[in-house]
Amino acid sequence: MTQIAIGRRHGVPARSTAAVGSSTTSATSRRRDRRDGWLFLAPYLVLFAVFVLLPAGFGVWISLHDYDYSLPDKPFVGLDNYTGLLTGDSPFASTFWQAMRGTAIFTVFSVPLLLVLPLGVALLMNLKVKCRNFFRATYFAPYVLGVAVVAVLWRYLLDTNIGLVNQYLSRLGLDSAIPWLTQLPWAWISLVGVTVWWTLGFNSVIYLAALQDISPELYEAAKMDGANVWQRFRNVTLPGLRPVLLFVTSVTIIASVNMFGQSYLMTQGGPGTATRTAIYQIADTGLTNFNSGMASAMSMIFTVFLAVVSVGVFALFRERGTTSARAEGEA
Amino acid sequence: MGRVIDVPTTRREFLTLSALAVGAGLGLAACASATPLASSGPPLSGEYDGPPVQIEYWNGFTGGDGPAMRQLVADFNKSQDLITVRMNVVQWAQYYQRVVAAVHAGKGPDVGAMHVEQLATQASRQTIAPLDDILDEIGVSAEQYPHEVWERGVFGDHRYGVPLDVHSLASYANTDLVAKGGGNPTPATRQDLEASISALMSAGVKTPFWVPNRWPAHLIFLSLLWQFGGEPYSEDGSKATFDSDAGIAALSWLTGLIQSGVSPKNVAPDSQYTAFKGGQGAYTWDGIWQINDLKSTAPDLPWTMSALPTIGDTPAVWANSHQLVLFKNRSPNDDRILASKAFLRFLIDNSEAWSGSGLIPARSEARKTPEFLKSPQAVLEPAVPTMRFLPPVPALGEVQAQTLEIALADAILGRQSPEAALRGNASKATQLMQANLKKFEVKS
Repeated sequence: MTQIAIGRRHGVPARSTAAVGSSTTSATSRRRDRRDGWLFLAPYLVLFAVFVLLPAGFGVWISLHDYDYSLPDKPFVGLDNYTGLLTGDSPFASTFWQAMRGTAIFTVFSVPLLLVLPLGVALLMNLKVKCRNFFRATYFAPYVLGVAVVAVLWRYLLDTNIGLVNQYLSRLGLDSAIPWLTQLPWAWISLVGVTVWWTLGFNSVIYLAALQDISPELYEAAKMDGANVWQRFRNVTLPGLRPVLLFVTSVTIIASVNMFGQSYLMTQGGPGTATRTAIYQIADTGLTNFNSGMASAMSMIFTVFLAVVSVGVFALFRERGTTSARAEGEA
Repeated sequence: MGRVIDVPTTRREFLTLSALAVGAGLGLAACASATPLASSGPPLSGEYDGPPVQIEYWNGFTGGDGPAMRQLVADFNKSQDLITVRMNVVQWAQYYQRVVAAVHAGKGPDVGAMHVEQLATQASRQTIAPLDDILDEIGVSAEQYPHEVWERGVFGDHRYGVPLDVHSLASYANTDLVAKGGGNPTPATRQDLEASISALMSAGVKTPFWVPNRWPAHLIFLSLLWQFGGEPYSEDGSKATFDSDAGIAALSWLTGLIQSGVSPKNVAPDSQYTAFKGGQGAYTWDGIWQINDLKSTAPDLPWTMSALPTIGDTPAVWANSHQLVLFKNRSPNDDRILASKAFLRFLIDNSEAWSGSGLIPARSEARKTPEFLKSPQAVLEPAVPTMRFLPPVPALGEVQAQTLEIALADAILGRQSPEAALRGNASKATQLMQANLKKFEVKS
């Protein structure tokens, strides 16, 4: 058994040495095993290759050209697109880096909120109260709306001069000229706020499912040991949620760095270009303005940043995983 | 550009080929040119008499101008039996990207309408075909149109568009509000407008003129820039010049309105118009394409319309023109081209019906018809000679969206001084224009 496992991990060919005199049956079964694997992977691999690998490879190739698909001439420019962006010589550089900063700002402010608030909501949803299903539905409801609906709705509500929100603020005698969508930092506050309102339901439902998986006996036992509410949360609930945290965190980060629709529709990237995000700028450069080469180079640089962030997230959770495993082992 | 002789591909041949080829893409590639071709087909004499044919007509008339175009197409389809025109309406914002993709994929339409300032771009992108050879057949000539509108249809050595209409900014006034303060609802000069505004403000009308930070801010700015004697871009497309003294004067006048409380701060795109419809703001400058919208969505609003007042030294107003175009095709078909020409001729002959769109028919004759003269926009007819258009430079609209529009937003929101905002963005615009010159050089 062990031999097979090792052989598989290192990819050792079946008939390498006489020492592995186990038997031919194990070798053939091993080979067949692998073929089955490929067979099961095939449907996904085909899609992955056609819709991810090939376009990505083509993207690299495009990024080395001054590429505009509508022009017959697509001159090869080598790494010029990249160096222009990295040194700031290209007229696209300043907006691009501003957009990258925009994505970073949005992610840094929205992800913590989208990790913590839904947890609170999930805890509330998990209480045995009247109309529990109604509340669950209410919190989840915005998530079923499309980004266009959400953004257009809030654009009207948040308008500085003719919006409902400022109208109500003035009724309450508060500052009624808050430039929700046209000045910083308000534009970011609006974008983050609307996104949290919109997508909070999704994370809440995931948390809720995880909460319901935590055995009630654990809470009972903790109570018997005299643990108060906070201690139960800290020592029973949180560890119980650990398995879904990696999922929720990665999904939330991915959604946040991909933010586009909200700022495209609510602020039009404004004021000026302050709330443009990386995806916004890439789409604008490549699709609206036909500078596919430059846009591909931007995408590649963006990808490098995303890879770094992903590695960071996985490293973080792996470490947690091992410490928790160790803790469990010690216990 | 001469007539391209291309082996005509009949529908049956095409179907056979498609059936033989496994994929639809392969089928197309097998019988079509890799790049879109221009073809003016055989001459159209009299009525179209070929086999029944369906042609595709794409435009972006999604607003108050939509019903008028639907009517024209229906009238054409009813007027004869052989040609069926199928209209596809795409929002202008997406239209220019989609149509390029469609034509290059071999699935483009036959006939279209486009803004005149897009013609250079679309011609450079191999989307539209020169019309020089067919002008006689469809019965148009220079003397039927105002000079500038006609001339703007030319890019390089060829004509790419036949003017359908002109549409400009106009000054709208809420007559109730203006009467309350004893102002002039149709101000013609800077003194007129400013005196009216201060009269209104002292009569208790708050913020009578709203200045938006995005759309239609750049149209307002361009009008003012021309009034102050400036030019936004050099005619050859090599340089952005909107940061001239005229530009700074124009933008400073706008930001001054905000500083003095005539306009509220932080006016979002289109909010100035929504507010006007809601009875806030005594004056607003917006496109004449809003006429039908005002009629249908704000029927109780008492309003009037006039030409833009002259704030600078000479009367001038930003304008645009919808022009009719023929698309290039990877596999040109003579019957469809003939049918397209017949349809173009019909649209041009019936220009006066286009008055129903709220826009101004480009054909001078059509502007003398009762249909036009009884339309609200007829008051702008004397302003037609003052209408100004962007120069025909490929991808200029894209440059403008990334530079001038940002500069205006920054200055109007108070994030930068008019001068700093215009300077910075003009130099960026020049950089982009230089890059575009190089990029499009080979073609034009």
